[in-house]
Amino acid sequence: MKSANIMVVGVGGQGTLLTSRIIGNTALNAGYDVKLSEVHGMAQRGGSVVTFIRFGENVAEPVVEAGDADILISFEILEAMRYAHYLKKDGIIIVNDCKIDPMTVVIGAESYPENIIKKLGEKHRIHTIDGLSAAKDLGNSKVLNSVVLGAAAKFIGFGKSEWEDVIKVTVPTKTTDINLKAFEKGYGE
Amino acid sequence: MSKKKIMLGNQAIARGAYEAGVKVSSAYPGTPSTEISEFLAKYDEVYTEWAPNEKVALEVAIGASFSGVRSLACMKHVGLNVASDPLYTFAYTGVNGGSVIVVADDPGLASSQNEQDTRMIARSAHIPLLEPSDSEEARVFIKFAYELSEKYDTPVILRTTTKLSHSQSVVNIEEREEVTDKVYERNIKKYVMMPGSAIGRHVAVEERENVLQRDASEFPVNKVEIKDRKLGFITSGIPYQYVKEACPDASVLKLGIINPLPRKLIKDFVKEVECVYVIEELEPVIEEQIKSWGIEVKGKELFTKQGEYSANLLKKAIYGKDDAIFSADKVPARPPILCSGCPHRSVFSVLNKLKIHAAGDIGCYTLGAVAPLSVIDTTVCMGASISVLHGMEKAKGKDFIKDWVAVIGDSTFLHTGVNSLINMVYNKASGTVIILDNRTTGMTGHQDHAATGKTLKGEETYAVNLETLCRAIGVPNVCTVNAFDVDTLEKTIKDCVNGSVLSVIIAKAPCALLKGQKFPYKCVSDAEKCKKCGMCLKIGCPAITRNVDGTVTINDTMCNGCGLCMSKCKFGAISKVER
Repeated sequence: MKSANIMVVGVGGQGTLLTSRIIGNTALNAGYDVKLSEVHGMAQRGGSVVTFIRFGENVAEPVVEAGDADILISFEILEAMRYAHYLKKDGIIIVNDCKIDPMTVVIGAESYPENIIKKLGEKHRIHTIDGLSAAKDLGNSKVLNSVVLGAAAKFIGFGKSEWEDVIKVTVPTKTTDINLKAFEKGYGE
Repeated sequence: MSKKKIMLGNQAIARGAYEAGVKVSSAYPGTPSTEISEFLAKYDEVYTEWAPNEKVALEVAIGASFSGVRSLACMKHVGLNVASDPLYTFAYTGVNGGSVIVVADDPGLASSQNEQDTRMIARSAHIPLLEPSDSEEARVFIKFAYELSEKYDTPVILRTTTKLSHSQSVVNIEEREEVTDKVYERNIKKYVMMPGSAIGRHVAVEERENVLQRDASEFPVNKVEIKDRKLGFITSGIPYQYVKEACPDASVLKLGIINPLPRKLIKDFVKEVECVYVIEELEPVIEEQIKSWGIEVKGKELFTKQGEYSANLLKKAIYGKDDAIFSADKVPARPPILCSGCPHRSVFSVLNKLKIHAAGDIGCYTLGAVAPLSVIDTTVCMGASISVLHGMEKAKGKDFIKDWVAVIGDSTFLHTGVNSLINMVYNKASGTVIILDNRTTGMTGHQDHAATGKTLKGEETYAVNLETLCRAIGVPNVCTVNAFDVDTLEKTIKDCVNGSVLSVIIAKAPCALLKGQKFPYKCVSDAEKCKKCGMCLKIGCPAITRNVDGTVTINDTMCNGCGLCMSKCKFGAISKVER
């Protein structure tokens, strides 16, 4: 890709920030101008979170506008639905097949929509992955982010080793190997 | 050396301050300003600290400046209210070593109680204000701010907003400049603001502002881009990026200095372009001044005073259409919630059970206002919980507050809550104050404070003992309870609210997200024993979800094993097991 507008969405605490930073730094190493926008503070506490990554020759605003997203990476299916309208006509959704009830659903004030993936598939290109099972197979459920990133990386571009170089310097040293394996698992799928 | 790095706006501000030779920095955490101090603390050459509140932080920076070194104070917009007492007079004294105050506004209220605009305060305090529009400018502008500060003998405000502070862009880092310390000389006409000297300094402030306004048109922080002569924008900060995105061919005057405005530059630009829009988030600070000079520009009649802008918002207002293709699906809201294993939940579940109202404060625990805990009735500002409760008692009497408490976090209590508690002691109050002592400043991301025993630099230090402090100021009844011991907590709260004296309950248990916490247990539910009553769901724990058949599942990766749900289950369907 010569330029891209990417969104990483999920539930606060799922690790959207780290994933975005890996994407941003991979683009930076490839010589692009890069901007990222993150969410800190109260919104992080289990709320809906969104991070934007934009790269290209020259990037102005650090956010992606509705109608301009090339890729929507979501760690949770309801969050994919919440932000799907940001996509371009031919944009793609990479979604981790996981369902987390928001408190509004837990207390019965609202209900969790059914058949989300099917509904999204009617309007958009969609690529679904079971990140948790893949991560559990590797023995650490926390590396599901790297599985999802691996799946997304194929659509974003850059070489596999360029991604791996950034993962090595971004994730905690003790978890480098398992994160690389998780990335490979997503990438290879 | 010049090296490209991708940096958070706040990280770039810290880098710029470091490169400018700053020696002393003091701050109180507050989203979106917190990371500036955390990044700055990594440089050994800079003394950095967490102060108990923003007023103290600014005064520390003032002292450092008076002594002759470059100093920094950082805070969020509402923190500047707390620091406004020293701020207004710092404008009079001016500086010795350069001094910059970084203030982070929060348009869109990502994590704040209001949307006030710091540019208005800079105007009323007569302090120059600069506003960068990306990380690289943040680094460069703060260095320029120190030059201005020393050249014009004034503190300078660097305004950032959430989108700048919390976005990352490419920065070219440079070496630190070693600035020679200035000599301190006694000068009561400048540093002792009693009426006789302050009268003279007020004259100096006005003269300075006039000179600054004249010089501002030449400052390198402003940028003129003449392109399309039919359409032009005057803008600054992050909104500049929205303008570039929405109308890349338009002419733009990008202001780096907002107070005072570079009048000549603006007048010249407006002459060059037919139709000029002023694009600024929050208040019409630039627009109203330009209009007051008799110049016609368009602004808030088209653009909102609320929230963050976007390129689409601009396109819609100017061209009547935006880029959106799909319409948003209606989906359930996902507001932020207290984490699993959060000790605040335990305290709130007891208050909820006892049907007690809480005057609340600023912190994660403000989330106790919403369902299903629904305990907090009021939240105004840091420290207000205690004084609001006191005001209620004085207004309507002891009976009115017998089913009320004030709840305040440990960091917030030390920020400005302790003054309110002294007021309660002094003025013979009888209310109950619960200090939710989770051993950290939680919401902003776990910063240490005066009662944690660690400094911002990570060094061991004396830890203020909250119980001793409350006793020392004269609170007659002070007790400390484990926040997860719901039975003792319930009994203690009942005793205190029904008692006749002022009480403080310190509900103590560390934040579930605090580093080094170990969770050896997890809770599991037994579908056989579950009577589907839903009591465990009433605590609002994100780890518990209801299954289609009405029983519940406890997510084993999310559960921290606090056992609160177990205490709510009358049928023994939830048990704690080792991980």
